[in-house]
Amino acid sequence: MVSEHLTSSEGRPLALDEASRARERQFWLSLYEQMLTIRLFEEQVNELYMSAKMPGLAHLYSGEEAVAVGVCAALRRDDYITSTHRGHGHCLAKGAAVDRMFAELLGKQPGYCRGKGGSMHIADQESGNLGANAIVGGSAGIATGAALSCKRRGSGQVVVCFFGDGALGQGLLYEAMNMAALWQLPVIYVCENNLYNEYTPNRETTAGDMLARPRAFGIHTEEVDGQDVRAVYAAAVRLVERARRGEGPAYLQCNTYRFYGHHVGDIQRSYYRSREEEEWWKAQRDPLKLLGSWLREQGLAEDSHFAEIERRVRAMIEAGVRFALEAPYPDPQEVAQHVYA
Amino acid sequence: MSMPSASSAASAPQVPQAPEGWREITLGQAIREALAEEMRRDPRILLLGEDVAEAGNPFKVLSGLVEEFGPERVIDTPISEAGFTGIGVGLAMTGMRPVVDIMFGDFLTLAMDQIVNQAAKVHYMSGGKLKVPLVVRTTLGATRRSAAQHSQSLHAWFSHIPGLKVVLPSTPYDAKGLLKTAIRDDNPVLFFEDKMMYQLKGLVPEGEYTIPFGVADIKREGSDLTIVATSSMVQVALAAATELEQLGISAEVIDPRTTSPLDKQTLIESAKKTSRVIVVDEGYQSYGVTAEIAAVISEGAFYYLDAPVKRLGALDVPVPFSPVLEDLTVPTPAAVVEMAKTLCGRA
Repeated sequence: MVSEHLTSSEGRPLALDEASRARERQFWLSLYEQMLTIRLFEEQVNELYMSAKMPGLAHLYSGEEAVAVGVCAALRRDDYITSTHRGHGHCLAKGAAVDRMFAELLGKQPGYCRGKGGSMHIADQESGNLGANAIVGGSAGIATGAALSCKRRGSGQVVVCFFGDGALGQGLLYEAMNMAALWQLPVIYVCENNLYNEYTPNRETTAGDMLARPRAFGIHTEEVDGQDVRAVYAAAVRLVERARRGEGPAYLQCNTYRFYGHHVGDIQRSYYRSREEEEWWKAQRDPLKLLGSWLREQGLAEDSHFAEIERRVRAMIEAGVRFALEAPYPDPQEVAQHVYA
Repeated sequence: MSMPSASSAASAPQVPQAPEGWREITLGQAIREALAEEMRRDPRILLLGEDVAEAGNPFKVLSGLVEEFGPERVIDTPISEAGFTGIGVGLAMTGMRPVVDIMFGDFLTLAMDQIVNQAAKVHYMSGGKLKVPLVVRTTLGATRRSAAQHSQSLHAWFSHIPGLKVVLPSTPYDAKGLLKTAIRDDNPVLFFEDKMMYQLKGLVPEGEYTIPFGVADIKREGSDLTIVATSSMVQVALAAATELEQLGISAEVIDPRTTSPLDKQTLIESAKKTSRVIVVDEGYQSYGVTAEIAAVISEGAFYYLDAPVKRLGALDVPVPFSPVLEDLTVPTPAAVVEMAKTLCGRA
């Protein structure tokens, strides 16, 4: 059972037998590897944008990796997620492959959506990803409907609806949460509070206590350090198991930070947030550093483990980019395909 | 299967009794029968909307369904059009076949993002992997003295959006057959019912039948003039055609039945035959369904036309409350007759 993994925040090493240590090492290093995959994926996306190899733009997830990875580690493959315009992390954490992700970002035929969706619309039915959504808050209804579907079918699946603090300005979210609470649906609303609605601090956009909003519907609500993957995972396991038992919806606010701007082209950011603030988050609250330090303190992993992971991930990312750059574009006749099923 | 006679649904049948195997029901009953039969056939079908269960919706179209199928399948929602339409999209994407009820077509504005940006685009954006078999049932039509926010006919908006299908039944027969097809379709379908036509009676056959989308129906054959009419305007066109007959003008009345997909071929063929066309639709005239159909016919039958295609839509004003004013906004048989006389050089 995944929930048995160590999620205590204490610094001192835990007394474990060898088998348990191996299990813990393997589990947390796999989460580390997923977070690093997202981090390096996004670095490459930025590169592709800066070198004009990627059309359009992209909203990078760097800095928020612990949220997607911690939450999705608590899910089954057939559980559903809905994602956002800042969605690469959710897709990867739910099980999408790096090469087909890059191919989609470049508008290539082997991409997850045959190049028709792009960065903001990656969907992958195989891994339970119902799609990223470029309308802020736009998938709150879809996620809640998927949860009603799970309940009706008695499938035991749960749904996670990812959204940012910007979505708190959208009425749809409250309509959907109201019905989820009324009908006790197996859906977890995961708010990635990265402090900014695009280019505006959320203190200027969001009145009152954010957590009072889901609580007003009687929805079980928790708040967690979104940079600590162990804390996110522990909370997600609780809420997912609760939903699976039929105890209804939950709301999890993960306090986090985006290391880049609103999108790849948002370079000059000083008018809405300071360089010092960004540096502090990167130095003190980097989810990769936090998990790495804990693993070292526990004696569960050492430099060689991290070096090996990084080598593996870099090779995968490199191969993925190469695959995407070499992949064919869709045939022009595909433009009129898939308008109707 | 086709109607026993092309015009029997519209004008009162000459014979007092329905032909063997057919019976007379209202358009509202036809809708209810289609829903009930489909729900018996397929347990994945759910109904969602405001007051759809015990209340049976304000037009009583859904009466009895919650009793037969239970509150798990006939679901009363809060007054949250965006929310429950979005829930419909999510249900449809994950193996269910929801029918969402938007009480008045005017309220579609509240669910616009969920229909236009979500439902219509999911299949395409996902490269054909995800499907949205969703039906949005709603109403159109003025003259119920309901004023500007309960009287509009907004089907043109959805006909404009790739990925959506738009259905406009004008008879009980068409309503039943088209609604069954809508429910079985794997795409989001907007199904517009004229709220003034729920009591309209017409013949439907016993037993199962469906009507394909994109197939126009010639409601009345004629040779001097084609009147293309949708939904509520089909009855107006048929009334006008009866009057025109007295004047020696033979009008053909064609109902496209679906504006998306549109049966261009049947419209163009009729225009080629009669050389004169009027298009009548209850949506606002500017940038509306009449404009699109007129353009399709003008392009497809240009060398056969004796006159420019004429259009008659709702007056381009918010629908007023006062009956005296409201009645001026909707096309009438008299207006169609006047236009037809002018077109045929008989004014």
